[in-house]
Amino acid sequence: MKYKGEIIAIIVIAVFVGLFLYENAIIQQQGAEEAWGGADSRAAEIIESEGYEPWYSPIWEPPSGEIETLFFSLQAAIGAVIIGYFFGYWRGIQKAQKQ
Amino acid sequence: MHIMEGFLPSPWWEIWFVISAPFLIVGLIQLKRLFAEHRDSIPLLAVAGAFIFVLSSLKLPSVTGSCSHPTGTGLSAILFGPFITSILGLIVLLYQALFLAHGGLTTLGANVFSMGIAGPLVAWGIYQAGNRTGLNTYVTVFLAAALADLFTYVVTSFQLALAFPSATGGIFGSFLAFGAIFALTQIPLAIVEGVIIALVFKYIVALRPDVLVNIRVLTQEQVDRLRGSSS
Repeated sequence: MKYKGEIIAIIVIAVFVGLFLYENAIIQQQGAEEAWGGADSRAAEIIESEGYEPWYSPIWEPPSGEIETLFFSLQAAIGAVIIGYFFGYWRGIQKAQKQ
Repeated sequence: MHIMEGFLPSPWWEIWFVISAPFLIVGLIQLKRLFAEHRDSIPLLAVAGAFIFVLSSLKLPSVTGSCSHPTGTGLSAILFGPFITSILGLIVLLYQALFLAHGGLTTLGANVFSMGIAGPLVAWGIYQAGNRTGLNTYVTVFLAAALADLFTYVVTSFQLALAFPSATGGIFGSFLAFGAIFALTQIPLAIVEGVIIALVFKYIVALRPDVLVNIRVLTQEQVDRLRGSSS
């Protein structure tokens, strides 16, 4: 089986997406407004609810959600370029060796 | 897995810096040796680091109705061991702390420990054990990557529980509460990450088996067997 790994990956991702859609449908019906927030901030809420005040705050924060998204995409893009470059380079070497 | 800026009181944030520091120092020494002895593995190091960059930028929804992200450290831990991985983890966490205000500089020691050290140690241990007992290589890689991801969040829960023991249940009660948020959210993400890393490992075996043999991740016989069965 040449594509066994790929098939397993597709099935797992499909199940994952299916679970999300199912869960999301339930949450939307209940009309919950704070759904799908970050797990980090949920933990922070628990800590703050016990009266803890963070003693230090970030030196710089992205001024808006859009700019935060920009830096997240940039992070993914930097990684993706490196991965794509080297996998392409290795493929090229292999092709050249076969000829 | 980020503990947010300012969310670890003294002495905990200092303690985690002190615990993480020796791993980073050994990592730098190993990195220097890798650069000197195995120059052909540097592109692979870049790719392993890039996977941490990509996967830790993906905030994915999970079954608990909140979002979290994979860590991507499993691949690097399998290939280069936990010490070098701690350096890669530090780079990613610094990026996120400085540009995204995710995590923080004061909590960096704790975050490096959970994502860059504890998770990779688990991945490396599982890979070594699985490799020696002759378990299927891709199953081993899946287990190593998935459990590294999950264990990172278990450690984060533990770090928070130590700093904030609950009034009624103590450290353990608090650990269960944080674990319910972090580790539970993480289970499906860990499975997805494990499958993706196993697939990537297959591509690396197909393209650069020579480097894997050089840095002693696989033996030549294992490579021949894996390539024989997939083509």
